[in-house]
Amino acid sequence: MEVENQEPMQLEVDLGHLMATDLHHVFPSDPTPSREDLISQCLQKGTELVQAIAGSLFTLPSTEDVDGPLVKLPPPLAKLPRQKPLPKPKPPTKWEEFAKKKGIQKRKKDKIAYDEQTGTWKRTYGYDRANDEDAVPIIEAKPNDDPEEDPFAKRKENKKKRVEKQEKNRLQNLKQAAKFGALPSHVQLAATALPITGTQTAPKKVTKDELGNIAGTVATSTASGGKFDKKLAGEKPAQHKGKYRKFLPVVEGRGIGSQEKEQTEKILNKIMSKHSHDILNVDKAVTMHTVKKEKNRRFEKAKASATDSKLKTQKKSFKKGSSKKGKAKGK
Amino acid sequence: MLRIKTAKTRRGKRELEKRAPQLVESGKKTLLLHGTKTSAVLNSVLTQIYHLKKGSAVKYSKKNDNINPFESGGETPLEFFSRKTDCSIFVYGSHSKKRPNNLIIGRMYDHHIYDLVEVGVENFKPLESFSYDKKLAPKEGSKPFICFIGEGFEAVEELKHLKEVLLDLLHGEVVENINLAGVDRAYVISAVSPNRVFFTHCALRLKKSGSVVPRMELVEVGPSMDMVIRRHRPPNEGLRKEAMKTSLQKPKKKEKNVKGDPLQGKIGNIYIPDQKIGEMALPNKSKGVKRERREAKQNRGDRASKRTKEDS
Repeated sequence: MEVENQEPMQLEVDLGHLMATDLHHVFPSDPTPSREDLISQCLQKGTELVQAIAGSLFTLPSTEDVDGPLVKLPPPLAKLPRQKPLPKPKPPTKWEEFAKKKGIQKRKKDKIAYDEQTGTWKRTYGYDRANDEDAVPIIEAKPNDDPEEDPFAKRKENKKKRVEKQEKNRLQNLKQAAKFGALPSHVQLAATALPITGTQTAPKKVTKDELGNIAGTVATSTASGGKFDKKLAGEKPAQHKGKYRKFLPVVEGRGIGSQEKEQTEKILNKIMSKHSHDILNVDKAVTMHTVKKEKNRRFEKAKASATDSKLKTQKKSFKKGSSKKGKAKGK
Repeated sequence: MLRIKTAKTRRGKRELEKRAPQLVESGKKTLLLHGTKTSAVLNSVLTQIYHLKKGSAVKYSKKNDNINPFESGGETPLEFFSRKTDCSIFVYGSHSKKRPNNLIIGRMYDHHIYDLVEVGVENFKPLESFSYDKKLAPKEGSKPFICFIGEGFEAVEELKHLKEVLLDLLHGEVVENINLAGVDRAYVISAVSPNRVFFTHCALRLKKSGSVVPRMELVEVGPSMDMVIRRHRPPNEGLRKEAMKTSLQKPKKKEKNVKGDPLQGKIGNIYIPDQKIGEMALPNKSKGVKRERREAKQNRGDRASKRTKEDS
């Protein structure tokens, strides 16, 4: 906090924020000044303050740069609140704890390693890597080895298991970090649905309305529509008795158009299209015909292959033809 | 069953890391939005504040009718937007009969509301109404000088709070080095009465003076308005203590291209750009070059004289 003692006004200059405050200035209020007066007074005081900041700013030691003199600002005095909490240190993972206990140091791997098999230097990871365990062409059999077992498959399985174990450990480490609130910023732990394994499915939560609907449906699904069933003590009447129906409003507002007309039109269209003989859905008829043909052909083939062709006479498929003709005539 | 969700691209990962909490924080981003009803004045205010903070502000243009920062339920949309845009200061404008030209400036801590200040805008003069020499116009993103005048900023609780919030809104980033040629704007905020604050934005004109320190002149360029304090909600003590916590640790800076070897000591890598030797111009004409030219000239002369000899 720098207090300028030379001037009669006391200013506080915070160079870190390039801010100056004059807390002792009083705006005269006896003859309430006009707006222009106020503004000019503010600007005048402002100029003084800015001059004070510039005074301390330009006297700082500066270094020359291409664009102009650079000065190093002191840290700001006025503290402002943070926008996010301080980052928490992440807890050590299980391996890190073990390594610390045993005194194992981290060692940096080189990008290239010597491959004994080919006698060359190859990369340590990726395509065509050095000392690759999966790429051995021959695995020698040991005397106590099982002749039925496939060693290559066994190696693959082992690797898969190792990878799964590593993933599980990674998840455990992240869960531990999340417990301390120190999850790495680019990782999120998301809950997934329960896996569907065989007969056990995830228990689905049923809502109150759904239960009500189901109960209502069940209640009306008796021979007499649920009217004469004995009700339990305290059982409320079924919620939806009968069909869902929509009733048109008695008085129609402007601009909507005739809803009754729309309703009757919809019903009429449905009826007409179902029994209309003029409009034939050609595509549908064609697909239906071809599908039926294929089916019959397959059936014929199966029948022919199953039975001996010499013994039985070839049955002519009169039925198929007649049905086709009948359909075309009818429509 | 938990599943590990990570960013699928490197760029996505970098963006997430930028949004993570850091030891030393850079400037806060500002979110500007408005409510169901706004006046022309308020629209203009919001757009001009957006221009003042061009690089680090986000302006929403849709109406939001479910935001009530001062009520307990109405802050969730603000917190959602803050989380989406990673903004920690917001300026919410709304207009109603009871509170005309209302501006609520608020801050967030960990994407939850930290504190709020509500001011009414009066006598707003936009950028366009000021006429000045265009050469003085302050550049976008330059660090401003901020001046607070008036005893009200110490005496009145609300004005003290407003001072802090305005400082947070206007100061840009906390920088270590600043280029002296680039200081060109100043905000002047004066408390003319216990509930009225006069705000204006000026460009700085540096004039030659005798010493190293130039003489400063203020030229009003920017929007100016009167702010009338209406309501305010200070942060609660526990939250304030937590937000003001700073860590003594310095962020780890990785020293690149330096290796330490116990045998050889400290080794560094130097990378030199490609030197195109053939295309370089020689700095000073050496004697050999001069001689070559002299000889070439002479040969030309000899040849010419030889030809004349043969001709004749």
